[in-house]
Amino acid sequence: MRWFWIDRFIEFVRDTRATTVKNVSFGEEPIDDYLPGHPHYPHSLIIEGMAQTGGLLVSESGGFRTKTVLAKISKAVFHDLIVPGDQVFLQAVAEDIKPTGAIVQGTVVVGGQVRAELELSFAFLDDRFGDGALFPPEDLLRTLRILKLFDVAVDQNGNRIYAPEHMLEAERQAAIGIRHKRP
Amino acid sequence: MQVSEDVFSKVQAALVDALGVDDDEVTPQATMVGDLGAESIDFLDIVFKLEKSFGIKVATEDLFPKDILTESSYVQGGKVTASGIAELKKRMPWADLSKFETNPRVQDFGDLLTVSDLCRYVQSKIA
Repeated sequence: MRWFWIDRFIEFVRDTRATTVKNVSFGEEPIDDYLPGHPHYPHSLIIEGMAQTGGLLVSESGGFRTKTVLAKISKAVFHDLIVPGDQVFLQAVAEDIKPTGAIVQGTVVVGGQVRAELELSFAFLDDRFGDGALFPPEDLLRTLRILKLFDVAVDQNGNRIYAPEHMLEAERQAAIGIRHKRP
Repeated sequence: MQVSEDVFSKVQAALVDALGVDDDEVTPQATMVGDLGAESIDFLDIVFKLEKSFGIKVATEDLFPKDILTESSYVQGGKVTASGIAELKKRMPWADLSKFETNPRVQDFGDLLTVSDLCRYVQSKIA
């Protein structure tokens, strides 16, 4: 099982805002199993979905090289449950991005109604936490493509954002490695 | 430097919101780390709230002059030297360093900042 709680980006403006969509299905184990007989999208996973949306938003301008981790949930207010069949829009707004971290305001909307309001703090880990990336760049690139991030991503002037060169290079190197391993 | 009541109440509100503490815990003498339990990530949140509330820009190095505390000419045997203290006073005129000066261990610097210091810092930024 892949630990992704967003399905697709539908909006992404560099260092500013991003919106993802999450389609909630009865077929997802955590939704069915969290409270048997009363399936709903657990609040913790709504936060995780917003953390994924906001975390990618505040990491992009650094070419996804920053080691971004969710450090603090300053606010989490839930107004109503989200249930199977709901299409959830996770709207993240970057309130502040500093060299050490970022603050993101999140709004969770279903059918035009606000279901949750969040405020998340992200930390950008420094060299004390190792000099490698948190995820292999080629794997992260594949995920970003699946999430359609580069289909919608623009900078603040409306210019399209493409996959960073270092990720494409990592992908090429990984492909060469795979070819060399073949008998 | 005199701190206005308005500055104190806005700083207090920011700390209550960011740290989940009660109003009455945020006294002028309370230390941010030791008394109020602030962790490093909380300072990002506190700075954000202060910037929003007062319309100021807060540089992290204003509150934590890491360059001084890691500079070999200012630190010897884990303690800040006299010239280091002088530099800290120059950089942080709003901070009360008198207690720190008696045993200036670098490792204790993190718990130096009090609510009063933070108020004076904000006051100096909006003055």
